[in-house]
Amino acid sequence: MAQRIALGLLTLFVISLLIAFGVELLPGDLAQEILGQGATPEGLRVLRLQLGLDTPPHIRYLDWLGGMVTGDMGLSLANKRPIAELIGPRLSNTLFLGGFAAMIAIPIALTLGILAALYRNSLYDRGVNIFTLTSISFPEFFIAYILILFFAIKLGWFPGISNISSELSFLDKLYRTLLPAASLTLVVVAHMMRMTRASIINLLSSPYIEMAHLKGIKPLRIITRHALPNALAPIINVIAINLAYLVVGVVIVEVVFVYPGLGQLLVDSVSKRDVPVVQACSMIFASVYIFLNLSADVISIVTNPRLLYPR
Amino acid sequence: MQKTLKNLSSAPLSAKFGMVVIFIYLVVAIFAPLIAPYGEREILGKAYELMSSEHLLGTDNLGRDMLSRLIYGARNTIGLALIITALAFLIGSLTGMTAAALGGWIDQLLSRIVDIFMSIPALIFALLILSILGTAMPYLIGTIVIVDSTRVFRVVRASAMNVAVMDYVEVARLRGEKLPWILRKEILPNITAPLLAEFGLRFCFVFLFISALSFLGLGIQPPTADWGSMVRDNATLISYNDITPLIPAGAIALLTVAVNFVVDWMLHKSSGLKDVS
Repeated sequence: MAQRIALGLLTLFVISLLIAFGVELLPGDLAQEILGQGATPEGLRVLRLQLGLDTPPHIRYLDWLGGMVTGDMGLSLANKRPIAELIGPRLSNTLFLGGFAAMIAIPIALTLGILAALYRNSLYDRGVNIFTLTSISFPEFFIAYILILFFAIKLGWFPGISNISSELSFLDKLYRTLLPAASLTLVVVAHMMRMTRASIINLLSSPYIEMAHLKGIKPLRIITRHALPNALAPIINVIAINLAYLVVGVVIVEVVFVYPGLGQLLVDSVSKRDVPVVQACSMIFASVYIFLNLSADVISIVTNPRLLYPR
Repeated sequence: MQKTLKNLSSAPLSAKFGMVVIFIYLVVAIFAPLIAPYGEREILGKAYELMSSEHLLGTDNLGRDMLSRLIYGARNTIGLALIITALAFLIGSLTGMTAAALGGWIDQLLSRIVDIFMSIPALIFALLILSILGTAMPYLIGTIVIVDSTRVFRVVRASAMNVAVMDYVEVARLRGEKLPWILRKEILPNITAPLLAEFGLRFCFVFLFISALSFLGLGIQPPTADWGSMVRDNATLISYNDITPLIPAGAIALLTVAVNFVVDWMLHKSSGLKDVS
């Protein structure tokens, strides 16, 4: 397990290198690329100084990494404001949206998935299979716009644009975030359900479950006493993997609903080519993603004695 | 030939539906200039005209015919997705099979590099690269090919591993066959079934990925017609209770559903790879 965590940290380190030195891919340097044809020597000099291009790369990298950790992420190129100030409230909005979506998605997906595994090959299972295949294939923005069309425009129940701010009460925030959260839920439930179904079926076909059947134990008791304790690990694993997926899916949903989150900031900054902000946002997204995947692995190791004490 | 036909007729309803849909899309994409009533970039009227006999689906934000752009969009979006998937497959399967056949440090090196790439979320990686290099077409294609070939590598390596340890591969090695021969004649024929299914899945991924990037305004650039950017361009209409932006989005969804249905059936038939999500 220590090995797995070390590997995760190493991955994070390599990714920070990629993000920091990706800029070196450019034929010229970043300043030249941003100013383009109309660059004056004076403008170039100022921008280079601003980007810290006058210091050697390894020092620039260490500065940047230290800044990321301590929260001093430098200035945005587009509006000269501190990046930390831009990111702070947006990060908490994104986490709020993601958390809300997870609270809806996890119980639904687990229930549907377990039911599909229990009644596998039934009409219900096949219906669910078609439903999940379909919703996996839908682009996020398609689902989001359908929800907007029906619930915001036709019925007028919810706002189609989720502008939230810190002054709003918690309930108001929930209300305005419901449609984006529902879109994310629809996107992620299908994945989570299919994985839950697969891991439960995998478990139900193992010899000790068959033995319990042969002993004549009732199906409900087999599930609660024999299957569930062992199914917990794979299920938690499925949840963690899908949370990671959700964190990235947030980008598009935020753009559709004009939700003031980190994803929207990232997309805006990419089109403005505000590289320092893009780097900071990518680093945050990548770290959350890696952390969730890492905890999925760690949880499945900790809860499975056979993996915890490998022979 | 007869066997293929028999195979096709034994397919479940969902797979048949998928095949019909894919066929229609391909016809539309190939014969786009013949089918489309107007040109791809022609500005014909006012912006956001309603649906009429002249413009069956109305006009878009610049007054171009929606239907014609939808038809040309099939060609551009599907074509680009196919090119990218094919390139990713070429790179991914060559390196994957090589890693499996050679083993040792080459395998270790390639696998670790792929591990790192796979632990970065694809969309974030693409956004980072595109913000540095800009959204010109070669960079767009290159970025997605790199992202996707790592996924192909993984699947191909895993399937090729099982074949590479077979006795007949050992025999071929002892016979003194060179690496290209082993890859082409011994390994490739035995992994085509999972590869085909994987091609379908990868195509869906690439297709959705391009559409998502275009929707964010970072993919295929105007004035080229493309479904993702068509959704973005006409998105404001949704607040006037107009379903126009849903049409290109639906076109994307329908094709991916169709491909997924077919792939699902292929996976079940060749089994071994069941319930891979």
